[in-house]
Amino acid sequence: MTTNIVEIDNLSFGYKGRLLHQGINMLFPRGKVVAIMGGSGSGKTTLLRLIGGQIKPSKGQVRVAGEVVHQQDREGIYKLRRKMGMLFQHGALFTDLSVFDNVAFPMRELTDLPESMIRDLVLMKLNAVGLRGAHQFMPAELSGGMARRVALARAIALDPEIIMYDEPFAGLDPISMGVVCDLIRSLNDALGATSIIVSHDVKETFLIADYVYFVADGVVAAEGTPADLMQSTLPFVHQFVHGEKDGPVPFHYPAANYQSELLTEQAQ
Amino acid sequence: MDRTTIDLWVGIFVALGFAALLGLAMKVGNLTSSKIGATYSVTAAFENVGSLKPNAPVKSAGVLVGRVDSIVFNGKNYQAVVSIKIDKRYAFPTDTFANIYTAGLLGEQYIGLEAGGDEEVLKNGDKIAKTQDAIVLEKMISQFLFSKASETETKSVTNTPVPNAVDNTPAANAKAGKSTELGDPPF
Amino acid sequence: MQYNLLNSIANKLRGIGHRMIERTWRLGVGARLFGLAIVYSGESFKRFNLTLREIYFTGVMSLLIIVVSAFFVGMVLALQGYNTLQKYGSSEAIGVLVALALVRELGPVVTALLFAGRAGTAITAEIGLMKATEQLSAMEMMAVNPIARVVAPRFWAGVISMPILATIFSMVGILGGYLVAVPIIGVDDGAFWSQMQANVDVRLDIVNGLIKSLVFGVACTMIALFEGFDAPPTAEGVSRATTRTVVISSLTVLALDFVLTSFMMVV
Repeated sequence: MTTNIVEIDNLSFGYKGRLLHQGINMLFPRGKVVAIMGGSGSGKTTLLRLIGGQIKPSKGQVRVAGEVVHQQDREGIYKLRRKMGMLFQHGALFTDLSVFDNVAFPMRELTDLPESMIRDLVLMKLNAVGLRGAHQFMPAELSGGMARRVALARAIALDPEIIMYDEPFAGLDPISMGVVCDLIRSLNDALGATSIIVSHDVKETFLIADYVYFVADGVVAAEGTPADLMQSTLPFVHQFVHGEKDGPVPFHYPAANYQSELLTEQAQ
Repeated sequence: MDRTTIDLWVGIFVALGFAALLGLAMKVGNLTSSKIGATYSVTAAFENVGSLKPNAPVKSAGVLVGRVDSIVFNGKNYQAVVSIKIDKRYAFPTDTFANIYTAGLLGEQYIGLEAGGDEEVLKNGDKIAKTQDAIVLEKMISQFLFSKASETETKSVTNTPVPNAVDNTPAANAKAGKSTELGDPPF
Repeated sequence: MQYNLLNSIANKLRGIGHRMIERTWRLGVGARLFGLAIVYSGESFKRFNLTLREIYFTGVMSLLIIVVSAFFVGMVLALQGYNTLQKYGSSEAIGVLVALALVRELGPVVTALLFAGRAGTAITAEIGLMKATEQLSAMEMMAVNPIARVVAPRFWAGVISMPILATIFSMVGILGGYLVAVPIIGVDDGAFWSQMQANVDVRLDIVNGLIKSLVFGVACTMIALFEGFDAPPTAEGVSRATTRTVVISSLTVLALDFVLTSFMMVV
């Protein structure tokens, strides 16, 4: 196997004593598309923020390109982040800038490229996501799918080594979903980057991922290639992959006995 | 919004700000008059400066000609020495008279210069010899009351009872000559 | 019964304590934000068009409301002043009254209050929404410091705009007062201006007014920025933060005005 660009080592993280992650180990090999899946609230997005160094782990460490993220100072973290591109759940486009300026933003902020070169690069990136013709629009004028693609163009503006996707398929119509799905795979291969996808959309994720981690109850519950996981007999994975209503993850939030609760209500 | 349009508007905004500031300084404030330009400095001693303060106006014939620079107490003869800066454009004779006036009945105090008839003019560092103190309202009221009292006591006497009525302290004696020049108090 | 009473008192005290700690904590965070804004302000000067853009949004966009209110404030001052002054036969002093009231107090204070309502809320809402839509996070992840890119330019724009707006307010207000006093009431034109000039001091009145508005500019902008940064990333959180910006800015301006005035009176 190739070297791992991101390694998560026995990582624990929690807010105010409540642990969200309890000893997570993950490896992200160079050039692969790796997915992190799990139910809502299982701390998938938090993992991305830990990789990006926006929050510090309670225990364990995240290494990016061999460097421990939470031991870096501000400069060091910024240096690591220049290797990363991130697509936020709702795109997080700068609403006061046009599509063109949004994509140009990282180039203008972080490089000293002349404006003419920035123009060419921006149009190239927008072309890659098929939105070169929309470069003069404002974010408010875009559909959800288009906004996601512009955000993707912005995430790859500086040709990052790691591209992180936070719920890239959430809230998209089937056509846009398919477009984004293809883009993630093709951009990953074209740029030779490593993609980390956080998602709970099984069908699309399994289509493009090389390797999948399942997170549940703060630990990696299962891992493997999509084909392996489809065959998995683990109850949780089976429930998740096939979208069954009840299973190890119960339909009901833990509560007192239904009947007795109704009766006590009446008694009071 | 286009960047050049923003530049233009911000330019207009800043220009308006400067215009307003200029307007305030020139038309509303007294920048023109408070910056007297080149000045020369003279001193004048007073028995009592009342509530005269540094930077108070110095006027002659009602026109601003200078400003009070500093007021210090002279411990030897117990006088207040006021140094005044006067605009170089105006020359005053050496026998100029310096009065401390009050603007209105209760207004701010200022120094009024009344030019004398001397040929020689005041130079930098000179001292104005003839001065008249600030009117202290309490003193005037007590003068008035004393004069009323003496009027009722010696009904017959004169129609100028004011100065003598208060001339029973040494301090008052010293400045009796000046006090007369108050003229009749406005009561 | 007695236990309940004690308990409720204890709870109230605890509530007060919690609020005090919360306020102090927020004050500390605000002060740190202020420090960071200063530290990273080099960025906003290096790329001045960022600051220029914010001057446009905070300063130029507030111009209309400032000019219109100044005009009316000046006219009302002249009317009210005349009403009182003519009883003492000194209606010529109306110019002094209008000018001093505007230059010393109303210019800086009312401008700051309007600024908090017009530009302060806009800053808070904008930053609150940028936070809610993860734009600030996105910036962080791009290795761009949001303090340098978002906070510092807005801070300096506010600090630059406020004295300019206050000066314009005073001047327009005086013109409004003039319009009422001279053509309508019939005060002598020359007396209006000359009385004003004789009694308004450039340093003691105009410069002090400018200093006040500069301080208000720092305070109002900083409060607006902090509230935006501190807003919970929800619709309700942003709307509450916006309200707080107006309330806290207004109270701060009035309190600071008292403090500054008392400092300036001691000469």
